[in-house]
Amino acid sequence: MFDLDRWREIFQSINKNRLRSVMSGFTVAFAILLFTLLFGVANGLGNFFKGAFADDAQNSMFVRVWKTSKPYKGLQTGRRVQLRNDDYNFVADEYEDKIQYQSARIYKNFSIKYKSEANTYNIRAVNPDHQFLEKTIIDDGRYLNERDLKEKSKVLVIGRLIKKDLFGEKVALGKRVNVNGSSFLVIGVFSDEGGDNEERIAYMPVTTAQSMYGNNDYISQINLGYNPNLSTDAAIAFGKKMERELRKRMDIHPDDQSALSVRNMAEANKFISTVMLALTLIIGFIGSGTLIAGIIGISNIMIFVIKERTKEFGIRKALGAKPSSIVGMVVQESVLITTLAGYAGLTLGTYILSLIGNSLEEDYFIKDPSVGSGIVIGATVILIISGLIAGYLPAKKAANIKPIEALRAD
Amino acid sequence: MIKIENLHKSYPIGKESLHVLKGIDLHIKEGEFVSIMGSSGSGKSTLLNIVGLLDVHDEGNYFLNGQLIKDMNEKKAALLRNKFLGFIFQSFNLISYKTAVENVALPLYYKGISRKERLEIALDYLDKVGLKDWAEHLPNELSGGQKQRVAIARALVTKPKVVLADEPTGALDSTTTDSVMDLLKDINDEGMTVFVITHEEEVAEQTKRIVRLKDGRIISDELTKASKAV
Repeated sequence: MFDLDRWREIFQSINKNRLRSVMSGFTVAFAILLFTLLFGVANGLGNFFKGAFADDAQNSMFVRVWKTSKPYKGLQTGRRVQLRNDDYNFVADEYEDKIQYQSARIYKNFSIKYKSEANTYNIRAVNPDHQFLEKTIIDDGRYLNERDLKEKSKVLVIGRLIKKDLFGEKVALGKRVNVNGSSFLVIGVFSDEGGDNEERIAYMPVTTAQSMYGNNDYISQINLGYNPNLSTDAAIAFGKKMERELRKRMDIHPDDQSALSVRNMAEANKFISTVMLALTLIIGFIGSGTLIAGIIGISNIMIFVIKERTKEFGIRKALGAKPSSIVGMVVQESVLITTLAGYAGLTLGTYILSLIGNSLEEDYFIKDPSVGSGIVIGATVILIISGLIAGYLPAKKAANIKPIEALRAD
Repeated sequence: MIKIENLHKSYPIGKESLHVLKGIDLHIKEGEFVSIMGSSGSGKSTLLNIVGLLDVHDEGNYFLNGQLIKDMNEKKAALLRNKFLGFIFQSFNLISYKTAVENVALPLYYKGISRKERLEIALDYLDKVGLKDWAEHLPNELSGGQKQRVAIARALVTKPKVVLADEPTGALDSTTTDSVMDLLKDINDEGMTVFVITHEEEVAEQTKRIVRLKDGRIISDELTKASKAV
């Protein structure tokens, strides 16, 4: 219902009582400003935590091996454990439905040479899925594919910084480089959010490495991405089970952590989500406290305002105003002020957060602080409702005072 | 127009109860110009408040325009006040942040008349009380007499059946008192029932009928010279 006359009355009342309107507006605006900043900063902390693990996929698992530290089944300690293609295939077959991505990894350290430029780099021999496990971003060309593996192609995907070292500004794609004496074709250039070290790496097919360097089926490490449909707890259980099975398969003592272990991001995820939950609860508690303080503030001001206006209401009633029209007028005014002021606080808060941006990331672990539209809408709804209540309760009371008593009020 | 039978009213004061009106019988016909006289505490304001539906009585019957006033809720009372009654108060009771013409137009707002129309009507009535040039002034820019004339214009703007004036001249000097009384006489001459409460003999003498109240009872009810002169 849009009643132009009603709005005119309200604007006149607000305009003629500026101090009062500004005071009540300020309370709300300030509460919402604090609320916005608080949530923004909390989100910033959360973003930082998430960003700290941005290098690898969130669902990564690594199977890694070293030397045994416990005797088992007559085998001595100090035995070097070696993962092989069989183990890789065992994991792939056994846990097919629990795995989204899988890749072997062999570490090499070779010199790569192009024309007169040469340097030693870490080289990883991997499967095509490795791209998703490491969140490798292809800038130019392509990543390794199944055909490269099958044909044991001598192809190389080089990091952005290797390309910079060897080729400078020139094109690297399609050029041949010398890797430890053999000629490899550069088929792609990548970048990685994990930092400079992750961009001074080259990838080659795992089969190529196995046939060229030792002609065996050894692999250094198995990287997995667990099925994202698994819950965190299910993923942790999967990791534990796989660890047990692999130890059993390789005659390793069931508790020998330093012989074979599965590092599971699900465990880190669980830790982070626990921390984030705690943070959210604390922020939610303080944030809603701030909001409630704001609401109580405006309610107090409204009570005072209505007391001040009791006589006016008495006059209006003597002139024929129904109680409902007085309640309506006050509520509408209150909702208008809370909504406008709240919106102002929200806008200011969002603006301040955008000014902060990433400037606090280094020292305070706050990255890209901002509030989501859900919070914004929720806070606005709470404001409107609180404006309603803050106006309605005292207005209802004032409107029901007998006009004769209202007129006597000063 | 106004018929009151055996009206009682008491106010609770702590545990005690103060019996203010002790059985009032009063009949005011349409077009009368009546003043209620009495010292303070005689119950005259209480009587006016009950007549004006600003307060409720405890016992007895009150008929306004033939309608029995009983079990009034605020909404019904508001409608009746807006339709039948116009109020003039001793302390004017203008809304301080509204201009003279807006104050006069306010009852019409509650009648649901459009803004343009009600400002036109309000200006007409301000003209009638001689304040057309002051229409855009706020109450605190007006003298006491001017304020009371604005209040009178406001009381008249809905063309009420009865105008109720509670010590309308109480806050005014003698010159402005006369001009306000002249206005009330004019209103009465136009056929409106006027009901004045006062403690000033000079004011009461200008009305046509004086009802004297003492300790919550009517002690005399007589027509004045002014009424005989007509």
